[in-house]
Amino acid sequence: MANDPIHQFQITRLVPIEIGGLDLSFTNSSLFMVATVAAAAGFLFLTTANRGLIPSRLQSVSEMSYEFVAAMLRDGAGSQGMRFFPMVFSLFMFVLVANLIGMFPYFFTITSHLIVTFALAMLVVGTVVVYGFWKHGLHFLNLFVPSGVPGILMPLVVMIEVISFLSRPISLSVRLFANMLAGHITLKVFAGFVVSLGSMGALGIGGAILPLAMTVALTGLEFLVAFLQAYVFAVLTCMYLNDALHPGH
Amino acid sequence: MEGDGSESLKARSQRLDSELLARRKVEPGEGGNREAAKGYALAVKLSSEFIAGVIVGALLGYVFDRFLGTSPWGLIVFLILGFCAGVLNILRSTGAVAQSNPAGWSRTSGRGDDDRK
Repeated sequence: MANDPIHQFQITRLVPIEIGGLDLSFTNSSLFMVATVAAAAGFLFLTTANRGLIPSRLQSVSEMSYEFVAAMLRDGAGSQGMRFFPMVFSLFMFVLVANLIGMFPYFFTITSHLIVTFALAMLVVGTVVVYGFWKHGLHFLNLFVPSGVPGILMPLVVMIEVISFLSRPISLSVRLFANMLAGHITLKVFAGFVVSLGSMGALGIGGAILPLAMTVALTGLEFLVAFLQAYVFAVLTCMYLNDALHPGH
Repeated sequence: MEGDGSESLKARSQRLDSELLARRKVEPGEGGNREAAKGYALAVKLSSEFIAGVIVGALLGYVFDRFLGTSPWGLIVFLILGFCAGVLNILRSTGAVAQSNPAGWSRTSGRGDDDRK
């Protein structure tokens, strides 16, 4: 059981709640979502509570994260995109803090569940579709009609464009989910080698140094991936929002 | 005196350049590692783009068949279209194909800002 690399992703019910036949239990996943929101909001609130003109170290971390996301959004969706700043910033902080919290041993990684990342991706694409139709009406559908295509090929191209658009939430969610899942399984497998080799006597302990070194290196890589995936998620959100703002692009 | 100072500055900056260059050459291991990490990220990115296209195609085909009873033709056609969409996704995300530019929209219309790249 201790060596089972999948065990860390198991959902357990902490407070069983059932309403109308629906299982709405408060699980360990829910607990860590609450923890993620509390950590992100608490950090931002506390570090900016007694803000000064000359920022303290933690305050400048908050300001840097703000400026980082703001610059990303301005690059990706133009200055009109800034109206989506609260959403993009919340998404970025949520994914980043969730990934980083998952790096603690024995902690649950909520972004390693496809349904969580898929819900986040659907939120993004839902926003794009709703805002696109609200702002541009049926002109939003021009997104699927490239110019300069011969009439005969048009239905085929439109079909491919529609499928390409529908695949966005899937690729967005699968990318985050796969990275976190694969990373945590790899870590666990290599860490498991350390234990199983270590129990094989003196030679085994000597051999266990290799997977131990690998585990240390992978932990570093995982921190990089945790940050990178939050960044990629936010960048793609900006790109998709750009489509909603300017379907002409 | 002053010329001497700038001479030594130039000499020092040249020495720094050559030392930095040498150090960069000495650390191919780290660079290779970073390359590997970048390649891994790219692999996950591109494969997710492609797989997403195929999955959506298959799903659409399945639903199409389910409601119109055209099994298995909807699945076949939409799988192929999904494959095309996956390839298009990959080409888009690598920048080999530009984002679509819809008919009736000029390159600049509907875009109120010019600070985008």
